[in-house]
Amino acid sequence: MNRDVPEWPEAVYFFGTCLVDLFFPEAGLAGMELLKSQGIRVIFPPDQSCCGQPARNNGRPDEARAVARQQIKSFPKAIPIVVPSGSCAGMMREHYPELFVGQPDEAQARAFSARVYELTWFLVHVCRMRLTDHGRPVKVAFHASCHSRREMGVHEEPRQLLRALANVTLLDLQRPAECCGFGGTFSVKQPDISGAMVRDKVADVTAAGADELLSGDCGCLMNIAGAMDKAGSPVRARHIAEFLLERSHEC
Amino acid sequence: MSAEPRQSDFTGKARIALDDPKLRANFRRAMDGLMAKRGAQFADPVEWAALRARGIAARAGSLARLPELLEQLERRCAENGIQVHWAETTQEANAIVLDILQAAGARRVIKGKSMVSEEMHLNAHLNAHGIATMESDLGEYIIQLAGEAPSHIVMPCIHKNKAEVAALFADRIPGQPYTEDVDQLTAAARRALRGAFASADAGISGVNFAVAETGTLVLIENEGNGRLSTTLPPLHIAVTGIEKVLERLDDLPPLLSLLSRSATGQPITTYVNMITKPRQPGELDGPTAVHLVLLDNGRSRVYCDPELRDTLRCIRCAACMNHCPVYTRVGGHTYTFTYPGPIGKILTPQIEGLDCAGEQPHASSLCGACAEVCPVGIPIPQLLVRLRQEAVSPTSTAVKGGGTGGSLMETLIWRATTLMFTSPRLYGAGSRLMGWFGHLAPAWLPGLDRWTRTRSKPKFAAKSLHRLAKERGYPDA
Repeated sequence: MNRDVPEWPEAVYFFGTCLVDLFFPEAGLAGMELLKSQGIRVIFPPDQSCCGQPARNNGRPDEARAVARQQIKSFPKAIPIVVPSGSCAGMMREHYPELFVGQPDEAQARAFSARVYELTWFLVHVCRMRLTDHGRPVKVAFHASCHSRREMGVHEEPRQLLRALANVTLLDLQRPAECCGFGGTFSVKQPDISGAMVRDKVADVTAAGADELLSGDCGCLMNIAGAMDKAGSPVRARHIAEFLLERSHEC
Repeated sequence: MSAEPRQSDFTGKARIALDDPKLRANFRRAMDGLMAKRGAQFADPVEWAALRARGIAARAGSLARLPELLEQLERRCAENGIQVHWAETTQEANAIVLDILQAAGARRVIKGKSMVSEEMHLNAHLNAHGIATMESDLGEYIIQLAGEAPSHIVMPCIHKNKAEVAALFADRIPGQPYTEDVDQLTAAARRALRGAFASADAGISGVNFAVAETGTLVLIENEGNGRLSTTLPPLHIAVTGIEKVLERLDDLPPLLSLLSRSATGQPITTYVNMITKPRQPGELDGPTAVHLVLLDNGRSRVYCDPELRDTLRCIRCAACMNHCPVYTRVGGHTYTFTYPGPIGKILTPQIEGLDCAGEQPHASSLCGACAEVCPVGIPIPQLLVRLRQEAVSPTSTAVKGGGTGGSLMETLIWRATTLMFTSPRLYGAGSRLMGWFGHLAPAWLPGLDRWTRTRSKPKFAAKSLHRLAKERGYPDA
C-alpha cells in the first residue's frame, strides 16, 4: 500500500480488537510478542474494547461514534496504534474520519485515524522484520480479509513475511480475492448465502493442499475455521502472528 | 399487466437458488469468464486509474448539472426533430409509449435491449393493449420465449446453459429440432427475428448515453439488432432514465471504453449507434419519426441527496454483479426487481422503497469487490451502509420507505453493546462472564443457530487478551 512509513518508534500502542480479546487472545499476544521482539515497547491500554465497526455497518452511526470515542480516549499519545486485523484497522483508519464529519471532535478522530496500522504492514515496512525459520516443513495458504485487501491495501505484506520462512511453502488459492462470507452480522442475517460462501472457501483451501490456513483477521478465521471444524477438515487455522511467532522460536 | 411484487423476499429466493446446483454452476462459470475478460482489459493499473478518473469526472460532472442538461437535451433533440416526452412514473411512461404507437396505428413492435423498458414492464403493458412485442437481443429473445425476466443487465439469459436453450427452442420454435450447436441455435433465432424486423411497425430501444450538447442518443450493442430495431421500422421510440445524460460528446470516448471493457471485456462493441435525427428528406432509410421518453421513477429523489446521487453515475456495465460473491451464488432472479447485484441493492431500495426491498442492503458482506471494479467509482459498500442507516433512522426522510426506526429489539441490542463497549468495567465483567459461562450457550440459541448451521460454535477464551497482557507485564500506559 502507498503509505508514508513512519519512523521507528520507541513505543507503540496495541489495539487487540474485541474478537481477538474474547475469542483469540493468543493471536493478540503473539502480535505483541512479535513487536516486542523488534525492540519496541508495546503498550496495551486496558480501557480499549471494540472499533465500533459492527454498529457502523448496521446503520447505527451514533452508537459507532460512542464506541469509537472510547478508543480515541484510550490511546492518547501520539504514537502508532498497531492492530492485528485489517478489518478493524480499516474501520479506524478509513471510516472514523467519515463518521466524525461535522462532530466537535472531528480533528481528534482524524489524528487518531492517521496513527492506525495493520500489524503485518507494520512488521514489514516499519520494523523491516527479518525472520529465521525454526519450524518443520509445512504447506500454508493465506487468506487476506476483504477489508485488509481493499481498505488497508494489505495483502502482499503477510505473503512477503511467509515467503521469508525457509521451510514454509506458501500455496496459492484459486480465488484469493473472494470474500469468505463472514461480513460480521451478514453471517447471521444471511446464513445460507454466507454458509455457501464459506463452504466454497474451505473447498478452495482444501484443494490447494494446505496443512494450515493463516489469516490476518480473526473474523474470517472464526468463520473459515468454524466451517472447517464442522466439516471435519484436518486443516489447522490460525492468525498469522501466532504462526510467525512459533516459527521464529528456536525449538 | 403484471403487478410488481411488493416484497422482494430476497432471503427465501436465495435459499431456493442456493439449492439449485445447475443454476449455481451456470453463474459461476459465466462470472468467472466475465471477470477474466475484464481483468485482461485492465491489466495496466495506471491506465485503468487514469481512464476511470475521466469516467468519474464525466458522469459526476454531468449529474452535477442534471436539471439544466436535461433541458438542453430536450432543446437539442427538438431542434433535430426528435420528440421528447417526460414521464414521472413507469405508468406514465407506458401510457406515453402506448399513445405514440396507437397514434401511428402500430400493431407490431420490435425491441432492442432496454433495462428501462424492463423497469416499466412495457411488454406486458403493450401486450395487454393488443400490441405484439418481440425482443430482438438474442438473450432477451430467449427469455421472452421462456416467459422469464432478465437475470443480468448485460447478459439477460446468463442463468441458462446451452442445453436449456436447446430444449426451449425445440419446444417453442415450430419445426426446430433439438440441437446444442450454438451456430444452429443462433441461426434459428435469426430466422425468427429477420421476419419480425421486416414486418415491425415500430422499434423500441434503450439508450446508453444521451448527449445534451448535440441531442444524440448513443446505443451500443454487438448483434446489430439495436441498429435494425432503430432504423428499419418507420417509427423509433427510445426509452431511458433521466440520469443517462452526458454533457458533451467528448465525454463519450472514455465512457464507451470503460463500459465495453468492463461489461464484456471487449475493447469496443461491434456496433456503436449514434442517433441524432429521424430520416431526412432525400435519405433512403431510417425511421421517419423518433421519440425519446425520459423516465424519472424515483431518480429525482435519489438526485436530491448528495451522497446517494452517486448511485445515478451507473453506466450499467454489470461489472459489480460479475464480481459479486453473493450475486454469483444466488443469481439475478433472487433480487426480484429489475436491477440485480450490488447496483440493484442500492438502486432498488431507493426506487421501490426500503419498506419493500429493505433486506437487500443487508444481503452483502461489504467485501468491496463491486466498488473495486466499478468504472465510475460508485462507492457501493458505503451506500449500502447509508441505506441500512436510513432504514433504522427514526426521523430521516431521504429514502422512500425509510425512517421507520427499525425493530425495537435491534435498537435495544445496539444500545446494550454500546454501553458495554464504552464502559471498561462493564466490558471487563462481561468478558469474564463469557469466559466462564460462554461455552454453556446451546448451539440452537436463536441467532447462534444461524451460525452453527455451517460452523462450529465459537469458543470464548478462558482468559481475555486484557488479562493475558496484564499477566505478561505489558505496560498499560
